[in-house]
Amino acid sequence: MVIAAVVLLLGFIVWRGVQLFVVSGVPVTQILSPTWQPDPLSEGTTYGLLPFIAGTLAVMAVAAIVSTPLSVGLALFMAEVAPTWARRIAQPAMEVFVGIPSVVYGWLGLTILVPFLRVHFGWLGFTTGFSWLAGSLVLALMILPTITSISYDAFVAVPADMRSASLALGTTRWQAIRHVVLPTAAAGVATAIVFGLTRAAGEALAVQMVIGNSPIIPTSLARPVTTLTSQITLDMSDATGTWNEALWTMGLVLLLISLAFVLLIRWLGRGRSRA
Amino acid sequence: MITTSAKRIGALAIAATVLVAACGGSSSSPAASAASAASAASAAAATSAPSAAAAASGAAPSGVAGPATCVDGSITTSGSTALQPLIDAAGKAYTAACPKSTISVQGGGSGTGLTQVLQGAVQIGDSDVTAESKLQASDASQLVDHVTTKQGWVVVTNTGVAGVTSLTSQQLQDMWACPSGQSAPKITNWKDVGGPDLPIVLILRPASSGTRATFKQVVLNGQTECSGQALTEDSNGAVTAAVSQTPGSISVIGFAYYQANKDKVAAISLDGVAGSVANMASGTYKLAAQGHMYTKGQPTGLTKSFLDYMMSDPIQKTLIPSLFYAPVQ
Repeated sequence: MVIAAVVLLLGFIVWRGVQLFVVSGVPVTQILSPTWQPDPLSEGTTYGLLPFIAGTLAVMAVAAIVSTPLSVGLALFMAEVAPTWARRIAQPAMEVFVGIPSVVYGWLGLTILVPFLRVHFGWLGFTTGFSWLAGSLVLALMILPTITSISYDAFVAVPADMRSASLALGTTRWQAIRHVVLPTAAAGVATAIVFGLTRAAGEALAVQMVIGNSPIIPTSLARPVTTLTSQITLDMSDATGTWNEALWTMGLVLLLISLAFVLLIRWLGRGRSRA
Repeated sequence: MITTSAKRIGALAIAATVLVAACGGSSSSPAASAASAASAASAAAATSAPSAAAAASGAAPSGVAGPATCVDGSITTSGSTALQPLIDAAGKAYTAACPKSTISVQGGGSGTGLTQVLQGAVQIGDSDVTAESKLQASDASQLVDHVTTKQGWVVVTNTGVAGVTSLTSQQLQDMWACPSGQSAPKITNWKDVGGPDLPIVLILRPASSGTRATFKQVVLNGQTECSGQALTEDSNGAVTAAVSQTPGSISVIGFAYYQANKDKVAAISLDGVAGSVANMASGTYKLAAQGHMYTKGQPTGLTKSFLDYMMSDPIQKTLIPSLFYAPVQ
């Protein structure tokens, strides 16, 4: 039943996603063009998706770079160092974090982060505050609980015997963490990061509110860029015809990105079970 | 970690509270009913949707007379979010007088409305632009156009742009459009149009929006916007928020949204004509467009009765001006 639903859904998205090429006859290579000019009222339409694909990957990557040290560090602290009472507070706090709807993150970003970047970092080129960095920082906060809770599970799953053995050999606590706990949990932590990235790739609303949505290839953290999800939500209500088909193609590209991550998670999971 | 079930429930309760608070704070849909308009008005930090203004001015159904004759039944309209507050208020006035009828008014955007009415999913598709500009000719010819109102847009700037109160179409073209082969417009600083030494920040609507299509056609003479340097925000509310907080920004918002946010953004006259309902009705203010309600074939039953009601005096003379649209009768 569930499998049938998933297959139907995938089939539908693929079917709608290829309409652009099959029905409207747009060459497949055109989606790799950097020019997005879908408006039939202007002269010459070009359905280049490169700005959106590059924007999605760029925003995701910076979000992961910012979020990973913070969340893995927090997970390590909770699993290895923190006293029990601190864990009892931190775990429900993380759960609450996950429950905050993305529109709230976006609204906070729009009212606090965007003006902050503009006022304090205007000299670095943040003329409006709406920027690649703003999108990545909002995403970094949103994926923090995801990465933290999955890495926490990975750290806790490291057998206590291994720690005891390490300490018995005369290592310090830090050496035990550095040379025993971290390598053992590495695959789990990698899985956590990829889970975070998957969530980041699919997030639309919060990013759209702070990113400025300019269809250009990302070149500067201070400049507005755009993402696949953001552009789909911007245009989906009003685009018709070939333009609408191009949005479905964006959806298909996003699906392929997610699938790549799912495969990566499976592959990392296999590595972990062997270890 | 072992968590007792009591603590889990506690965490859930906190999460639920956060969720409820979040939903309350983000209620800014233009279609908000009178009940939720109160909560939109209370969210003072947010930009106010026109529904708040509508509620304040005693909008339908209380002040507006119902239709002359009732037709029972149930219909759905969808489409333009710019027209939605008006059609929603008219629908409420109709069903208040005719309790046996149901008129469901949904948004979704002009493209959605046109597509859905063509598919027969809804009885009326609301659009800011003509069906011919959105659909293939063979599809558009199946739809019947009912022009029930006129809507206008105001060019607005951040309140920090002092000294600029009026711009000509030529100046706006030089600010918005990319000359062929160029990646930047001719005018990029406010000092070139009599304002302070401040870079101009363009805030566009998505290319598919009716607002942008109208502006492009009426003001830009069809020239392409310089979207590479500009920000894009997808709704009147998001545009208003961005303009109010970004120095040097300029954009275009609907009349009703401007009226609800007069203190947050500054209005610019277009070719010396102020954007007002009176100027739009008389035809001297040109940044305006017809509001279309499309049916598939000629309307019958409740659909026809509701469209007739849209053209009647209670709507054209009372409701439409009160919501900052212009009558067509």
